[in-house]
Amino acid sequence: MKFLLQRIAFYLFTAWAAITINFFIPRMIPGDPVTSLINKFQGQMSTEAINSLYVLFGLDKNASLWSQYVDYWGQVFRGDLGLSFTFFPTPVSDILGQSLPWTIALVGITTFVSFVIGTGLGVLAGWRRGSWLDGLLPVTTFLSSIPYFWLGLIAITLLAGSGSFFPSSGGYEPGLVPSWNGEFIGSAIQHSLLPAITILISSVSGWILSMRNMMVTVASEDYITVAHAKGLSERRVMLSYAARNALLPNVSGFALSLGFIVGGTLLVEIVFSYPGIGYNLFQAVGAKDYPLMQGVFLVITISVLVANLIADIAYLLLDPRTRKEG
Amino acid sequence: MSAPASTITAVTPEGPEVEAVPAKRQRLRFVANGKAATGLVVLAFFCLIAIIGPWIAPYDPSARSADLLQPPSGQHWFGTTHLGQDIFSQILVGTRGVMFVGLLAGIVATALSVLIGVSSGFLGGAADEGLSALSNVFLVIPALPLIIIVASTIPGAGDLMVALVIGLTSWAWGARVLRAQTLSLRRRDYVEAARATGESTWRIITVEILPNLTAIIASGFVGTVIFAVMSEITLAFIGISTISEWNWGTILFWAQSQQALAQGAWWWFVPAGLAIAVLGTALSLINFGIDEFVSPRLRNSGHTRVKTKDGRTVRMKVGFTPVLNTTGKSAPVTPVVHVDEAKGTVS
Repeated sequence: MKFLLQRIAFYLFTAWAAITINFFIPRMIPGDPVTSLINKFQGQMSTEAINSLYVLFGLDKNASLWSQYVDYWGQVFRGDLGLSFTFFPTPVSDILGQSLPWTIALVGITTFVSFVIGTGLGVLAGWRRGSWLDGLLPVTTFLSSIPYFWLGLIAITLLAGSGSFFPSSGGYEPGLVPSWNGEFIGSAIQHSLLPAITILISSVSGWILSMRNMMVTVASEDYITVAHAKGLSERRVMLSYAARNALLPNVSGFALSLGFIVGGTLLVEIVFSYPGIGYNLFQAVGAKDYPLMQGVFLVITISVLVANLIADIAYLLLDPRTRKEG
Repeated sequence: MSAPASTITAVTPEGPEVEAVPAKRQRLRFVANGKAATGLVVLAFFCLIAIIGPWIAPYDPSARSADLLQPPSGQHWFGTTHLGQDIFSQILVGTRGVMFVGLLAGIVATALSVLIGVSSGFLGGAADEGLSALSNVFLVIPALPLIIIVASTIPGAGDLMVALVIGLTSWAWGARVLRAQTLSLRRRDYVEAARATGESTWRIITVEILPNLTAIIASGFVGTVIFAVMSEITLAFIGISTISEWNWGTILFWAQSQQALAQGAWWWFVPAGLAIAVLGTALSLINFGIDEFVSPRLRNSGHTRVKTKDGRTVRMKVGFTPVLNTTGKSAPVTPVVHVDEAKGTVS
């Protein structure tokens, strides 16, 4: 329990740090891009909306930095992230609320599946070293060196196109209305297959490699030799003795590399015009839509923190040593 | 995975070296590693292109011509863009930006990670707590979105700016690994001995600790360069950094925004992507070389099937006792083979 509380405290601290970074970045923009954007929409915005943008971007030069900071926190807690300029006059929080489920479904599920498959293959590659499985390594290295988005482009060229089963862009058939019926879900799954495969191919190799190396290290431990000597079946030694211990660093590695992976996978959304957070970020960058950009960063960071917490709980369940204390 | 894939965690030279191997031979052994050698050769090739690229480029990368959207031919090796620009020249000229950003960001991040990681591991106490909390925060915050946001708030960010932003945000992984290793080195006998003879802290760190961290620092550097190259290309691809400077990401940006895919102009984005993949693979290979150099266990044992005297084959694996299953009901027989674990050879 103590372990978990420590982790939660750390994540709260990180969330604080991320929000503080988010507070300072727009204040370092030279010039005043936000004011010009506000001026562009003058008359279409309510005073309240203008006010909230003033707080978010520190345009009120009279207020002290500290009072700006306090106001900013108040606004973040209310979930008020300003108005998006690209999707004027929709509030940023509404846009993010719409696209977050898409990203979580696509990136979340594929990252998890990739971890499971990669770890499984890594266990085999580490255990049967010197067999044909070693040939897997150069291939996976090459695949992991390809940027996610480029692999997406290639996938679209080769597999999508008119008349193909795989649609090249979007999250669902344009004519459909998002709802929980079979037709819509089928269409959504069909649209997510190609992005999912892209993410899977380029992210799986990292897990294979790290798990293989951990297995190689664990395989020379004494307890493995003892397990062999006891005459336990090969399978049992591999899974219950070696893999179980080799898995621990990989799980904590999973938590740590989530930040990297999520960054890469967001780009896949851009290539496929998938209606998720990554595509929002792309649109925001293109249109210099600072409120949306800030919101996207905040949401991504907090999602990664939550995912980290889940990985920590998994670690807790896997490693009895962390449960024992406290 | 774009995370630095090094797995060196706490690999240390175990015990004193029995034979005093000259430093020169050690270094040669690293190059003799097939993976590292391949990686270094490819990297050297890209460095060469980065230097001479703009001079050997057959065309001005931005110059328009009448050959619009031509597939590869003798005249334009990699074809042309929608404006008739030569893609081969764009790749050659763009190499410089890619290598510059990658190496500079790698140097900045490595310097920071050594500074923060080593001092946090060596000093211990409150300084350690603070510094490792700082690096954990940077590790958990998604780096790429942060880089995108910072870079997009700086108007007209050039190569130098992009390199600095990437370098300043991606040191955390290295710092974490270095801290762990420094912690384990700090209490070694030879460090204690140096301390007992009254060496200054500064000297202990630079002379006693740092040389033993070389492999980790090197692999951290290579890992950061991979990440920096990917990030830079990504920034260019989504159109954040200035599109007036050519790099491989810029080519992909134009290919994407001009619908190269829909027009079937595969030559527009395939060469740039392959160049990225080859460079990334080369860097990863160097990293594997370093990992294997430090930890012999990870070396591919290559020839693993050994014939025993009575003609049966057995598979040798480091750390495993080879077991021969005799056909029939009798118990497994351990063949008389001796595995020298340090060298990975069978005698």
